[in-house]
Amino acid sequence: MADSPLQVADRSIVLPRKRAAVRLRRSAGWLVLGVLGLTMIFPFAWSLSTSFQGTDRLLQVPPQLIPEAPTLDAYRRVAEVIPLVRILMNSIVVTLSVTILQIITSALAGYGLARFKFKGRQILFLLYLGTLMVPFQVTIVPLFIGMSRLGWLNSLQALILPMIASAFGVFLFRQYFLQMPDEMEEAAAIDGAGPWRTFWKVAFPYARPVAATHGILAFMASWNSFLWPLFIARDEQSMTLPVGLASLHGRYQTDWNLVMAGSVIAVVPVILVFAAMQRHIAAGLLLGGVNR
Amino acid sequence: MTWLGSARRWWVVFLAPSFALLLLFTVVPIVAAGVLSLFEWDLLTKPEFVALGNFTELAGDRQFRAAVVHTLVFIAGYLPVVMVVGLSLALLLNRRSRLAGVSRVVFFMPVVSAWVAVALMWRWMLNSRFGVINWMLSLVGIDGPQWLFERGWAMVSVIAVSVWKDAGFVMILFLAGLQAIPADCREAAFVDGANPWQTFWKITLPLLTPTVFLVSVILLINSFQVFEQVWILTGGGPLESTTVVVEQIVRNAFSFGRMGYAAAMSWILFAFIFIVTLIQTRLQRRWVHYGG
Repeated sequence: MADSPLQVADRSIVLPRKRAAVRLRRSAGWLVLGVLGLTMIFPFAWSLSTSFQGTDRLLQVPPQLIPEAPTLDAYRRVAEVIPLVRILMNSIVVTLSVTILQIITSALAGYGLARFKFKGRQILFLLYLGTLMVPFQVTIVPLFIGMSRLGWLNSLQALILPMIASAFGVFLFRQYFLQMPDEMEEAAAIDGAGPWRTFWKVAFPYARPVAATHGILAFMASWNSFLWPLFIARDEQSMTLPVGLASLHGRYQTDWNLVMAGSVIAVVPVILVFAAMQRHIAAGLLLGGVNR
Repeated sequence: MTWLGSARRWWVVFLAPSFALLLLFTVVPIVAAGVLSLFEWDLLTKPEFVALGNFTELAGDRQFRAAVVHTLVFIAGYLPVVMVVGLSLALLLNRRSRLAGVSRVVFFMPVVSAWVAVALMWRWMLNSRFGVINWMLSLVGIDGPQWLFERGWAMVSVIAVSVWKDAGFVMILFLAGLQAIPADCREAAFVDGANPWQTFWKITLPLLTPTVFLVSVILLINSFQVFEQVWILTGGGPLESTTVVVEQIVRNAFSFGRMGYAAAMSWILFAFIFIVTLIQTRLQRRWVHYGG
């Protein structure tokens, strides 16, 4: 109705003043966006700048956005005062393990719940959903005790194992496999493939979009994770970047170039991944909002 | 297709890895937290059964009560502001333009970055003597406060930084909601001579209420668990004016070695989240318009 020819004509003839008003509002909108956008970027720019600043220039007034004498000193010192390479490796190993294992186990379980009929299937699914409601903080104290009993304090497996099972991931994959066309599997079954081969040849490739979005969410959550590592891995040899960063700040309160260098190191990889896979992220966050 | 015959038994294989891990690292700890909350245990001596002692102690614990109040104050400040900012951003960016795409990336940088890293950036910028914020304020003749070390300002800072970090996340949720609104609804209002302000209140917002509901549920659940920004920015200070519930859990488990007490707190946190979500769901009938 809205686009009947008469009304469209009306709009172009009768409303030149309204047009001007619209244009004005548009520019005002972009102006507001510009200011807010600068607010978003500025802290990153400022930390980057500080990380290239020499210690002697940190406390000068007025502060400089572009360092007069840029130096990599801060980065060098970070690598001296904490085992940076080790910490980076820990973060990479933990994040990749958690992400990959989470995708695989969730896809398998989602497929199991979607494509098989068995007694207790509904209850199992409800159990998965139920655990989504309980905040992680409830499990953290018993988990910590369990890990220390196993002698796994300050170990990478303690950072990885509890993070693999993802009720949310199972839920996503299940929903996706429920709408998979039957013909795809039937073709494979006629060729004599059993469930296992069919899953890897047909179903898992089909679910690649879910794997991508869920993978990115898992990657970000794991790379940025702080609370559980703070409990379980405070030792320099097993800590991951966020905890390393917090301890760096704890020890060098006023060496802001040092702390900012650490922050830059922690933030850059995830922003790069984000920039590379931007499309999936927006979709993923929409799905993942409930499970942040 | 559902697997039948001898293939049907494969469901066990598909579900085993995920379910074993879920059981071991989520379900068992949740139950254990319930049991644990009935004990007093420092991990060194034998656990002592105290029945509901931890819970009655919590009811009279002034520090815990203060932490609950601070968490609620945080939510009361953070929730409305981040929703208004996020919605405004979404409204401004809800158009086809290359600049809109770039802006989405910009507003997402804080969302994907680790809390520890960005909280440290802000801690440096909010430094009262050498921070860039107070320097900028001094340019316009304002003597900035000691943001993170003054009662009142500390909580304001925590809220402001949280809004800064999450605005892009809220924006993306609202953008999805806005894109689901049929364009002709707003065009009809335009043709009828409604200005954007009227269109927003009479057309867009009512049609957007399902998204508003979803966003408020997600944000409320997340904000009860507020921790990392407080831990890094203020550490609960000054004079314990920004302590929050999760931070109390961490302190009791670690600093005071009170495992049962911390577990009891985590159950209270769960109860808060559960009850508030339940109330929200009940109230939605009164103000959420579902189309069709």
